Amino acid sequence: MEYFIQQLLNGLTLGSIYGLVAIGYTMVYGIIGMINFAHGDIFMLGGFAALIVFLILTTFVAGVPVALALLVMLVVAMLVTSLWNWTIERVAYRPLRGSFRLAPLITAIGMSIVLQNFIQVTQGPRNKPIPPLVDDVFHFGDVTVSLKQILIVLVTSVLLFVFWYIVNKTPLGRAQRATEQDRKMAALLGVDVDRTISITFIMGAALAAVAGSMYLMYYGVASFADGFIPGVKAFTAAVLGGIGSLPGAVLGGLLIGLIESLWSAYFSIAYKDVATFAILAFVLIFKPTGILGRPEVEKV
Amino acid sequence: MTSGTQTMNQDTILNVEHLSMRFGGLMAINDLSFQVKRGDITALIGPNGAGKTTVFNCITGFYKPTMGMITMSQRGGDKFLLERLSDFDITKQAKVARTFQNIRLFGGLTVLENLLVAQHNKLMKASGYTVMGLLGLGSYKREAEAAIETARQWLERADLIDRADDPAGDLSYGAQRRLEIARAMCTGPELLCLDEPAAGLNPKESLALNVLLNGIRDETGTSILLIEHDMSVVMEISDHVVVLEYGQKICDGTPDHVKNDPKVIAAYLGVEDDEVEEIIHEELDGSAQ
Amino acid sequence: MANSPVTTSEDSSGLMAKAIKEGLFAGLLALGMFLLYVGIETYQNIDNKLVWRTRWGLLAIFVIASAVGRFLVVGFIRPHIDQRKLANAKAGIPEVSDHKSFFQTHFLKIALVALVLYPPMAVMLNGVQGSLKFVDNFGIQILIYVMLAWGLNVVVGLAGLLDLGYVAFYAVGAYSYALLSDQFGLSFWILLPLAGILAAFWGIILGFPVLRLRGDYLAIVTLAFGEIIRLVLMNWTEVTGGTAGISGIAKASVFGIYSFDVGASNNFAKAFGLPMSSAYYKIFLFYVILGLCMLTAYVTMKLRRMPIGRAWEALREDEIACRSLGIDTVKTKLTAFAIGAMFGGFAGSFFAARQGFVSPESFVFLESAVILAVVVLGGMGSLIGIAVAAIVMVGGTELLREMEFLKHVFGDDFTPELYRMLIFGLAMVVVMLFKPRGFVGSREPTAFLKERKAVSGSFTKEGHG
Repeated sequence: MEYFIQQLLNGLTLGSIYGLVAIGYTMVYGIIGMINFAHGDIFMLGGFAALIVFLILTTFVAGVPVALALLVMLVVAMLVTSLWNWTIERVAYRPLRGSFRLAPLITAIGMSIVLQNFIQVTQGPRNKPIPPLVDDVFHFGDVTVSLKQILIVLVTSVLLFVFWYIVNKTPLGRAQRATEQDRKMAALLGVDVDRTISITFIMGAALAAVAGSMYLMYYGVASFADGFIPGVKAFTAAVLGGIGSLPGAVLGGLLIGLIESLWSAYFSIAYKDVATFAILAFVLIFKPTGILGRPEVEKV
Repeated sequence: MTSGTQTMNQDTILNVEHLSMRFGGLMAINDLSFQVKRGDITALIGPNGAGKTTVFNCITGFYKPTMGMITMSQRGGDKFLLERLSDFDITKQAKVARTFQNIRLFGGLTVLENLLVAQHNKLMKASGYTVMGLLGLGSYKREAEAAIETARQWLERADLIDRADDPAGDLSYGAQRRLEIARAMCTGPELLCLDEPAAGLNPKESLALNVLLNGIRDETGTSILLIEHDMSVVMEISDHVVVLEYGQKICDGTPDHVKNDPKVIAAYLGVEDDEVEEIIHEELDGSAQ
Repeated sequence: MANSPVTTSEDSSGLMAKAIKEGLFAGLLALGMFLLYVGIETYQNIDNKLVWRTRWGLLAIFVIASAVGRFLVVGFIRPHIDQRKLANAKAGIPEVSDHKSFFQTHFLKIALVALVLYPPMAVMLNGVQGSLKFVDNFGIQILIYVMLAWGLNVVVGLAGLLDLGYVAFYAVGAYSYALLSDQFGLSFWILLPLAGILAAFWGIILGFPVLRLRGDYLAIVTLAFGEIIRLVLMNWTEVTGGTAGISGIAKASVFGIYSFDVGASNNFAKAFGLPMSSAYYKIFLFYVILGLCMLTAYVTMKLRRMPIGRAWEALREDEIACRSLGIDTVKTKLTAFAIGAMFGGFAGSFFAARQGFVSPESFVFLESAVILAVVVLGGMGSLIGIAVAAIVMVGGTELLREMEFLKHVFGDDFTPELYRMLIFGLAMVVVMLFKPRGFVGSREPTAFLKERKAVSGSFTKEGHG
C-alpha cells in the first residue's frame, strides 16, 4: 500500500509537469488548429535557461536563498522562452496561416530540429547535471515525500488557477475563446486576432518554461534531446484529455504521469513508454475526442 | 419482406415507412412515410429546418435512422433495405446516388477525372482489383476507354465538354452543380437524390438545370428525388411533391394539389396556427356550399 | 515588425526609418533570445562540475547579424520583391507559369540516364576506391530517401493521410531482412519481396483500427505506433538484440551468381580479376536501389491512372463525396497504407543489406519527420518534386560532411557535421515559407480528353484524414 501511494505521488509530480506542457499544445491547437511540434523543445529551452541562471546565481551570490533562486530561475526562463516562442510564431507559423495545412506542421517540425540542434551546438551534446536545489524530504510512515514534489504540485496548481482565471474571466481569455471558435468572426468583431494568437504562444511558452525548470529541478539534469519524449507525452496528454480543453490537458497530464509511474512500478520500466503510446492509440481509436473534448460532428 | 411490402406496387422505387430520426432531444424527423414512383421526379419541399436534408442523409446512409424502414426496389426486382446498408454500399449495390447542398466536388481533379472516380466500382472490377490492370491483363484498357466515353456523354449532356480538362474547382457555381449531377449519374444509379440543385443558380442556369433533369428522367429512366426551395423549379419539373414541416409530412400529391393546400401555404407564409384553422374552415365552408 | 505592406508611395526616408527601427528591435530581440544560450557556455570542468564562461563576441555576432539582417530585409529586400511583383502584375505575367521547358518535359529520361551513368563517372573521376564516397554517401543515401519519400507519397501525397510513423515500416523491412537472413539463411532476393509483404501486412494491421480517425488524430496515432515499434525493437532484446541491434547481416548477391563476401569462391572482384574493394558492392547496391526507385515510380505512376489511384486522390479531396460515389473509403485507405508500407519495407531490407547492421537508432521519429518533410517540400504527389527535394535536403546536408575547407575559415574546432541537422531544420522552415506547396505545386491529371493541363496547387487539397 505504501509502495502504491509512493508511486501515486511520483506519478502526480510527473503528471503535473506533463500537464503544464500539455496546456501549451492544447491552447495552440485550439486556437489555430496546429500541432506545435516545437513545443517540446520550448520546454527544453526553458530547462536550459533555468540551468544557466542557476549556474550564474550560484557563482555570484553564495548562499542565495533557495526560494529566491527558484523564483529568479522561473521568471528568467519564462521570459526567455516567451521571446523564443513569440519569434517562432512570427517567423515560421504566421506567414503560413491559412495556407496549406501541412506547411505549418513541417515548419514546426523544422523548428523542433533547429532548436534541438541549436542547443546541441551552443551548449554541447553532453548531459548537464546540477547539484540538487532542494533536497528536504518528509517521511509519512514508509511514504517519502520530497519538498521538490510538493513544490512542483503546488506551483502547478497555482499556475492552473491563474490560467483558468485568465481564460475564463478576462477580456484576453474571451478574445482567445472567440478566436478559437471563429477566427474571421472574432476579427470582424474587433478582436486583434494576431495579437491574441501571439499571446497564446507566449502563455504556452511560459508554462512550458515552468515545466522545464521543474523537470530540471526534479531530475537534476538537462540535455538538448530532452524536449522530444516529454513533448510527445505532453501532447499525448493533451489528446487524452481532449485536445482544445484546458482542464482536459491537466487531467491527461496527470493520467499519463500516473500510468507511467504505476506501469514502471508494477510491470516493466522498459515498456513504460510503450504503455503510454498504447493507451494513446486506444483512446484515440475508441474515443477520438478524448476524455473532456467536445465531440466533432461530421457535417454532410 | 416485412409489412411494408403490400403497400408497395411495381411502380414504387423507394418506399419510406415510419422514418424517425432523433438527435439527442430533437426529433428531426417524426414518423415520416412517403413513396417515390419509378420514372418520376419527386420533390421534397418544406421550410428551413423541416428536416429535408436529414431525410436525404437517412436515405443515402450518412445517418442511421432511429426508426423506420427505407426500401429501394430495383428495376430487376432486387430489394434493398437502405437503413441496413453502409453509405457507400447504398450507391454501389442499391444504386442510389446523391449530390450535396454545399457542392462536394473533387476540386483538385479535372472535370473528367471527377466523372472517372464516379465509375470506380465498375473499373475496379475490370482492373481485376488493380492486380490485373497493373500487369496489363484483362479487360481494363477497354473498360477504361468505355468509362471515358461514358464521361464524355455526360459532359456533353451537362454542357461541360469544353471544360473537361480543367480542374473542377475552377468551374463556375452553376457548372459545378451540373458537374455534381453528371458525376452522380456516372455511378449508374436508378434513383438520383439531389439536395437543392437549383440553389444559387441564376435564371439561365436554372433553366439549363431543368433541361438536364428532364433529360435524365426521359432518356435514362432514372427516378429523381430532389429537395428544393425554389418553387418555380419544383412546380415546373416535378411529378409529385412531398411537403415537410417540423419533421412531419403535411402534404403529398401533385404540384397543383400541393400548391393549393392551405397547410402548405401556411407553412410557407408562416401563418399562425389558428389562422390556418381559419383558412381550412373557410375552405371547408366554401366546398360545402 | 508591423505587418503592413510597403506601399510604393512611401518615401525612402520613411522606409529607412522603419528599417532602422525594425533592425534595432530585431537586435534587441536577438539579445534576449541568445543572451543565455549563446552568451553563456556551460561545460563540465576537470572535477566534472558544471561551470560556465561567457562568449560575448559570439553573442555580439548573433545580435548584429539579426539586426542587420532585419534592416536589410525591411529596407531593401522586401521593397524590391514587392516592386517586382507589382511590375509583373502590371505586365500581366502570372506568378505561376505553366510553360514547360525541354528539360522539364524530358526530366525523367534525362535523370535516369544521368543516374545510370553516375557510378562509372564517379569511378572514372576518382578511381575505384575514391568513388565510394560519391556512390555510397551521396548516391545510395539520397536514393534511399527518394524511395522512402515516394513510398510515403502514396499515403500522404495521394491519399492525403498524414502518417508520422512511416519509419516503422522501414524498420519492419530492415529487421525482417536482418532476422530472416540470420535465422534461415535466406538470400536478399527472396527476402526483399518478403520484407515488403511483411511491411504491407503491418501496414494493414496498424492501419485498420486507425483509419477511421481523421486528420491530426491519425497523425498522432501513427506517431505513437512508430514509437511503439521502435521501443519494442529496443527492449525485446532476445530477438532484436536491443539497443545493440543486429550486426553481421548477410550482403546481397548478384542474384546468387556473384557474391560480395570476401572469402567466397564466387567473389565478384575475384571472378573478374579486379583488385579487392568494397566499392563494387556499393556500386552494385546503387543499381539495386535505383531499380527499386524505378519500380516505386513505375507502380505509383501506373496506379495513379487506375481506379484505385484516382480513388486515393479523390479521398484526399473529399472523403464524404467519395462515399457518396460508392467508394469503400476504409478499403481505399488501407490499400494506400499497405502499398506505402510495402515500399518502406523494400527500402528497409535494402538498408539492412547495405549497412550490414541494424539498430533502433536508425528508426527514430526524426527519420519519419525527415521523410515527411521531403514529401511536403517536394510537393505532395509529385514524384519529380520529391526527388528534387531529397537531393537538395539529404544531398545538401551530406555535402556539409565534406566541407573540410570550412575549417580553414572557422578554425580547427569547427566541425561542419555538427551543423548538419541545424541547417536541415532551417532549410525546412525556409523552403516552406517561400514555397508552402513544395517545389512542384501542381498536379498532372491522370486522364484527359483534349489536352493534359497541369492542375494548379491552389485547387488541390491536402486531405483531412
